[in-house]
Amino acid sequence: MFLIHCPYCDEKRPENEFAYAGEAHIARPADPSALDDKDWESYLYIRANPRGRHHERWRHIHGCGRFFNAVRDTVSDKFESTYKAGEPRK
Amino acid sequence: MMRYSAFSLFAQALKKHQDWPEFWPDAAPKPAYDAIIVGAGGHGLGAAYYLAKKYGIRNVAVIEKGWLGGGNTGRNTTIIRSNYLYDESAHLYDHAVKLWDGLSQDLNFNVMYSKRGVMMLAHNVHDIQSFKRHIHANRLNGVDNEWLTPEQAKAYCPPLNISPDARYPVLGAALQRRGGTARHDSVAWGYARAASGLGVDIIQNCAVTGIRRGSDGAVQGVETTRGYIAAKKVGVSAAGNTSVIMDMAGLRFPLESYPLQALVSEPVKPVFPCVVMSNTVHAYMSQSDKGELVIGAGTDQYVSYSQRGALHIIEHTLAAITEIFPFTARMRMLRSWGGIVDVTPDRSPILGKTPVPGLYVNCGWGTGGFKATPGAGDLLAYTMAHDAPHRINAPFTLERFRTGRLIDEAAAAAVAH
Ligand SMILES: Cc1cc2nc3c(=O)[nH]c(=O)nc-3n(C[C@H](O)[C@H](O)[C@H](O)COP(=O)(O)OP(=O)(O)OC[C@H]3O[C@@H](n4cnc5c(N)ncnc54)[C@H](O)[C@@H]3O)c2cc1C
Ligand SMILES: [Zn+2]
Repeated sequence: MFLIHCPYCDEKRPENEFAYAGEAHIARPADPSALDDKDWESYLYIRANPRGRHHERWRHIHGCGRFFNAVRDTVSDKFESTYKAGEPRK
Repeated sequence: MMRYSAFSLFAQALKKHQDWPEFWPDAAPKPAYDAIIVGAGGHGLGAAYYLAKKYGIRNVAVIEKGWLGGGNTGRNTTIIRSNYLYDESAHLYDHAVKLWDGLSQDLNFNVMYSKRGVMMLAHNVHDIQSFKRHIHANRLNGVDNEWLTPEQAKAYCPPLNISPDARYPVLGAALQRRGGTARHDSVAWGYARAASGLGVDIIQNCAVTGIRRGSDGAVQGVETTRGYIAAKKVGVSAAGNTSVIMDMAGLRFPLESYPLQALVSEPVKPVFPCVVMSNTVHAYMSQSDKGELVIGAGTDQYVSYSQRGALHIIEHTLAAITEIFPFTARMRMLRSWGGIVDVTPDRSPILGKTPVPGLYVNCGWGTGGFKATPGAGDLLAYTMAHDAPHRINAPFTLERFRTGRLIDEAAAAAVAH
């Protein structure tokens, strides 16, 4: 069970207060009708899935309810940092 | 390779069992092969075996970063079934179930395939409708699957709690009688031994670290921790690590790798005759021949390569198990572990060619690829030998995520296999 720091509550809380929400910094296309099949494929389905540093979204669902981003190492499962949604990629 | 038989057992007994040869010799990498398989799980070893046995390519190496069978092959709960909804999936998984049938004889190695039946419980109206739809679709595809009333389900599996007062009452069940289990380690060892007997080199403790491509873009060979090895055909069958290896060839894949856990109880006398799954309650269980109750959990929620998961996932699973099988409430659990499963967006595998000439892939089996081991091995071998997919794996392309021609078993199954 992870201990996760919520950047809004500024507290470390057990993982079961949080919901994982997938890879972070995948921007919704600004003009969806301009996308071709290749762009849709990479927006919807292609994922970095790295062995190492991973940028990911979490939601403090049983707390403040807000989404935030985290950097975690996918081999050690150790969190490097968490930061508020909208802040630049760390 | 020594042929196992009642006679060889007797002959060895006279020598006090001191003279059994090793299953397969440990091979060192040669400079070049006709084909290389990356990953010595059941799928990769199976592919090497069928390349040599059926498709006439014998100069083959299987390259494994750890020990063979140490990935998901050695970590799974061994459930075998083929009652998938869509035509493409039914054909794919049933191809494997047909091969399971003669596998022990084919490999001259007992893989302990046991057709004890896989029963899926229906707890609500939606389950009933969806299972009946599966049953009809399966029958049209020649795949056995039948509907049981709660009483029939209880007769097939006596420990089941079918009380109408249960929190998740059992309203019926779908039963695939040809479904069951097999011994996971034996599958890896059986394929390794048989492949090795046909001349395949099985190279362990050797990680693939790069894929070398020529100026035409085609594969030339692989870089490994034990040096460069040339081959014009490379088949990647690396389960949870597929994204990492595809990245070496400059390809990005529609995959995410998640921890999936399982656990076993203390061994007890035979109490549980079949496999029972409940998608709604999110739990499934069987009993191994050693006597342990084998219980599968759901995936952890995050991407990881750690080969471990969190305890609350297991707690959640056990809560569900004790609800359906009250007799387990006071049992002790002995061990739990995790593997890393490669999940596609539609929960169907990717098995075929890649945009890189000479590079083939077998991945995306996620939480349910053990049952497909012989079929996946055979089809990867076929695809590599012919440089074209077999008609059974032709729909399972990488391109489907671009064209939108998904095979959406995610919506149809939604839980571990
Ligand atoms: C807990 C759990 C329960 C499961 N239960 C079931 C079940 O009941 N029924 C079912 O059908 N399926 C089940 N599965 C899924 C099933 O185990 C997998 O889909 C299947 O084993 C995949 O087979 P494989 O041979 O491709 O994978 P693996 O056995 O994982 O083989 C891949 C191999 O590739 C190697 N490798 C990776 N990277 C490299 C590299 N760079 N160089 C060299 N080698 C490399 C790995 O070390 C590994 O040995 C379960 C999985 C888990 C984890
Ligand atoms: Zn919070």
